[in-house]
Amino acid sequence: MKQYGWGLPLAASSYAGSIDFGIYLIHAVMILIFVIWGVFFTYLLIKYRKKTGVSAERDETHGVFKSLIPDLIVMVFEIVLIAVYAIPVWSKIKIDTPASGNVNTVAIEAQQWSWNIHYPGPDGKFGKTESKYVHFSNPIGLDYNDPAAKDDIVIANELHLPVNEPTVIELTSMDVIHSLFIPEFRLKQDAVPGMKIPVWVKPTKIGTFEISCAQLCGMAHSFMRGKVVVQSRADYDAWLKSHEPQAAQPVSASEAF
Amino acid sequence: MSQDSHSSSKPFYRYFFSTDHKVIGLLYTITALFFLLCGFMLMLVMRWQLAFPGSPIPFLGRILSPNLAPNGVMTPDFYNALGAMHGTIMVFLGIVPLGVGGFGNYVLPLQIGAEDMAFPRLNLASYWFFLLGGLLMLSSFIMPGGAAQSGWTSYPPLAIINPGQTVWLFAMVMLITSSLLGAVNFLVTSFNMRAMGMKLSRLPIFVWAQIVTAFLLLLAFPPLEAASVLQLMDRIAHTSFYLPQGLVILGMRHIASGGGQPLLWQHLFWFLAHPEVYVLLLPAMGIVSEILANNTRKPLHGYNVIVGSMISIGILAFVVWAHHMFISGMSAVLSDFFLVTTMIISVPSVAILTSFVFSLRGGSIRFTTPMLFALAFLPMFGIGGLTGLPLGLTVTDIYLHDTYYIIGHFHYIVVPGSLLALMGGVYYWFPKWFGRKMNDTLGKWHFWTSLICMNGVFFPMFIQGLAGQDRRYYDPMAALHSVPTQPLHVVSSVFAGLLFLSQIPFIYNFFYSIRHGEKTDDNPWQATTLDWACPSPPPHGNFTKPIHVYHGPYEYSPVGHKADWIPQNEEILA
Repeated sequence: MKQYGWGLPLAASSYAGSIDFGIYLIHAVMILIFVIWGVFFTYLLIKYRKKTGVSAERDETHGVFKSLIPDLIVMVFEIVLIAVYAIPVWSKIKIDTPASGNVNTVAIEAQQWSWNIHYPGPDGKFGKTESKYVHFSNPIGLDYNDPAAKDDIVIANELHLPVNEPTVIELTSMDVIHSLFIPEFRLKQDAVPGMKIPVWVKPTKIGTFEISCAQLCGMAHSFMRGKVVVQSRADYDAWLKSHEPQAAQPVSASEAF
Repeated sequence: MSQDSHSSSKPFYRYFFSTDHKVIGLLYTITALFFLLCGFMLMLVMRWQLAFPGSPIPFLGRILSPNLAPNGVMTPDFYNALGAMHGTIMVFLGIVPLGVGGFGNYVLPLQIGAEDMAFPRLNLASYWFFLLGGLLMLSSFIMPGGAAQSGWTSYPPLAIINPGQTVWLFAMVMLITSSLLGAVNFLVTSFNMRAMGMKLSRLPIFVWAQIVTAFLLLLAFPPLEAASVLQLMDRIAHTSFYLPQGLVILGMRHIASGGGQPLLWQHLFWFLAHPEVYVLLLPAMGIVSEILANNTRKPLHGYNVIVGSMISIGILAFVVWAHHMFISGMSAVLSDFFLVTTMIISVPSVAILTSFVFSLRGGSIRFTTPMLFALAFLPMFGIGGLTGLPLGLTVTDIYLHDTYYIIGHFHYIVVPGSLLALMGGVYYWFPKWFGRKMNDTLGKWHFWTSLICMNGVFFPMFIQGLAGQDRRYYDPMAALHSVPTQPLHVVSSVFAGLLFLSQIPFIYNFFYSIRHGEKTDDNPWQATTLDWACPSPPPHGNFTKPIHVYHGPYEYSPVGHKADWIPQNEEILA
């Protein structure tokens, strides 16, 4: 299957299929309703066009309730859609997020106009960040006084994920609102400054995908892109290993003690 | 036109300071049409960049300042400014003033048999707030810092750090004030100034639509006015209602920030802006009702259903706002609530549409120019409504949110939906305004070309949205997943250009017919409502004889009656 085309892009996460199912189903129903409705509408326009000598007939005899039948059908369809599809699937994707720490966890700190991907390193803990430490060599302001920060990995615009296991992404922003959009995963979530929003995804295909920003974030909004690299667990571990910081992190004097 | 005793005889005063609802209504109509044209032209410039990213804009590129378009190629900031201003102008300066200020002001007092609005001076103040707010909004293009560039939604923190936003906020406060003055006036007028016998159950649907609209404006706008003032304070007084602690903007710590919440703005904004969607829509539905009843020559099917549905929409409109925020970071549990309310509000909308369609049955349909516009509203609104379904549904919205799909969706509601109906309204009431008809041939050309071009502009957006193309992108080629559908932008842009050309017959027809159109009698459409029971154009005070209303608004083709219509102010003699 082609990755991008005129339809939905390649589906590469565990829940992409459920989202696509909804999109296809609703469009099928939509087209059906519109065609039936359109035929009826055209029929009425032709049948009841003005003819000389024929005056309009008032339709007091036709009950109003009969005309509410289309409404009833739409209502039933919507109730079923909500109860059987929307609420359960929404819960699965957005509410029942695995607790971070129990599963593979990554943090993303978005900024104008890049995605800072932040891995906790071998200790599994994210170091503290503070705005006063932000520097071009330390884009998210890691506080290297915090022992948990020393092994953290920060990389711009390249998100690596292991295939077939869930990863929780703790999403935040340093400046304005951005939105993490990975079309192949059908994943979209705003990154809001001052909030840490967890989203999860379980990639099902190995490959390279695209991150784009879906919320207007200023001048270079359309150029705020990143890539997602989905790898086997072994490759992922090797990649992480190769990016672990070397013993001496070039920072502050406070490290001396 | 107006014999207003308060105004001077100088034309400027007679037209711009008249307190006559008809003069104010026409001022609103013409001003709003002008702003619509401005907003449309901004979009044409944007469409060039989308179709041919990075190539110099023809003609205009040479005139624009190098700050906006170096070597004729627009900058991303200028693109964002055009986008924000297009949305703002179309919604707040175009469609709403046309539907409410224009048609509401002119037609509502006539249809209820009133001499004028309840507060004529308030009415004039409302127009002036609108005009000055609108001119201020437009003038932001030539001010230092340029026009606002944070989208018509102005989400903070972006809106607080971006240039141009201060003028936008000042202008918004003026526009909101204008709407509030208008809303109060409409409500008081409709409830207190009705002619003898004009019970609520005899009001034309158009009046009901205006009443519900006025309630929406009155109750939904104050939160946005407050929210705008807070945002203004964040910008000029360095408060931080919407700014959280510890922002770092382009490597610099933002000093004033702390304690605020960006989502607060979104809640306040959408609390207005969702009802606003119905403010864009209801007047159009009111116009369609009038035209349908008149041109099918039979009563509307289900008057009570339509009125009841409009009122339920008016109430439900206040509890659906957060469906714009499913992926904003708002509690995901809360989304389920807004999902349910959103699905519920589709029920009255379907009921209205169904009633309109069933109104055709048994009719003797005259395909006049206004009728064509009203009929086209039905399928176009249908497409707009149906495509709202996958957006209102939380799960599918995850993928479709902030893509071109949603742009296609709301444009179908507002452009081939509302705007077509409003244009139909212009053709329908033109004889009332000026005592002359607009040219039918030109009108039909205008209709068919507009309808085809509007679909050509907006339909490709659904395909682009399904492919995941992000909205508000300066460069659609920047994202790999948008590249295959980028050529559709060329299609949209070509049709947008043609749509512009197809408005020329309308503009010409409008101004030519004011003086040279075919003369008509007072009631050329043989309509039943009271707006046709006065001279065309109506004199100051509107009615030349006392008005008494005997029955409902749409007594067409009554049984055993020679003519196929009986005006509301004539008794049925059976």
